[in-house]
Amino acid sequence: MASLVSSKVSRVPLLFKSCSRLMAAVQRNYADMAFTFASPYDVYYKDAKVKQIDVPTFSGNFGILPNHVPTLAVLKPGVVNVFEEDGTNKKFFVSSGSVTINDDSSIQVLAEEAHPLDRLDAAAIREGLSKAHQEVSSASTEAAKAEAQIAVECFEALQKALE
Amino acid sequence: MEVILSRAAPLLVPQCGQAQVRGMATLKEIRLRLKSVTNIQKITKSMKMVSAAKYAKAERELKPARQYGHGAKAFYQKAEIAQDKTKPNHLVVVMSSDRGLCGGIHSSIVKHIRAKLEEEGSAVDTKFIIIGDKAKGILQRTLAQNVLISFNDYGKRPPTFSDAALVANTLLNLDYKYDRATLIFNTFKSVISYITTELPLYNPDAIQSAQKIHLYDSLDDDVLKSYNEFSLASLVLFAMKEGACSEQSSRMTAMDAASKNAGEMIGKLTLTFNRTRQAVITRELIEIISGAAAL
Repeated sequence: MASLVSSKVSRVPLLFKSCSRLMAAVQRNYADMAFTFASPYDVYYKDAKVKQIDVPTFSGNFGILPNHVPTLAVLKPGVVNVFEEDGTNKKFFVSSGSVTINDDSSIQVLAEEAHPLDRLDAAAIREGLSKAHQEVSSASTEAAKAEAQIAVECFEALQKALE
Repeated sequence: MEVILSRAAPLLVPQCGQAQVRGMATLKEIRLRLKSVTNIQKITKSMKMVSAAKYAKAERELKPARQYGHGAKAFYQKAEIAQDKTKPNHLVVVMSSDRGLCGGIHSSIVKHIRAKLEEEGSAVDTKFIIIGDKAKGILQRTLAQNVLISFNDYGKRPPTFSDAALVANTLLNLDYKYDRATLIFNTFKSVISYITTELPLYNPDAIQSAQKIHLYDSLDDDVLKSYNEFSLASLVLFAMKEGACSEQSSRMTAMDAASKNAGEMIGKLTLTFNRTRQAVITRELIEIISGAAAL
């Protein structure tokens, strides 16, 4: 019996914690943005509160602040810039993906590949770029040429990100 | 009466002889069975170890992939896009794999599909795209004409984005014009349980006709098309990761149970083996002693 009581007592703060988390989530829906930034292999932000996010898309680079108008966009190779609540600025390179801004101010940035800039290796990029250039000139079909062109664009964006 | 007896007599003789031989033969038979069961146990045990390692990796990979998948699903939920269930052309993407010996993973998916087909009736024309040989093998027996494309050589290595992109590309370049599509896969819950889940996939028409789509600013067809294609690949990858993790965990439990059963069998067989061995020794002793007494 005693153990039963103690197990119930120990559950109370847990319940309170999950309730308060729920309340925070409800509040967040109205005031701030719930920012999710993930690639299939890494999750960088999950329903996090941030100040601003700059994303590179095919319709141009743009910054997202809370209460942005709902929209969809397609990422192009470039740098996603995240300004966190405490003012720190984090940069990630993304290869491609999608940006979703919903009407409840939740934001999903999903990338095929996303990595912090310090993971990038300048020498490997230079090598990859020259290889991609070669592939463009040696490509025989239209599709292969387009693929190689995309690789070149991606490597150029990588190089630019490191500058 | 005589006839019966004369027929019975030669029948009885070899039976007596057999009983004597059988004692020896069973001993040998039991030894052989014991050996083979021990070997099987060794195999299932090592398979369990392998799948435990693979499961640990799959679960680690599932965590980010799940977030990613929920992110990809979010737009479709929040924009309240719905499938038009009255339309007849239905495409089902079946997430299975090439490998068996993993409990009811593949058959639960097929069972789910069968129930779904029955529920929808003959008015709906359902076509399948199957990933993995196992579900293909089962579905092809009865629904061969409904299978459009199947992928194999899947399930040995963990799924990657390029696998998902290949499937998504095939879906997009399909000749079959579908009105709605559903992805069926096993969602990993815990080591001992998984749930067969349906995930609706949307084509651009469905998105255009959604109620809340007008809330979204500056959408041109190009953006919507690219966005939808990328989301499709993301959702397929999410389903692949969930499926792979459930499969490995299920294989782990299945192999664990198999090893346990083999252990039980070994115990029983050893007991019978020893009992028979003793019986043989006893009988031989009796034979010797009674032989000596007769002299």
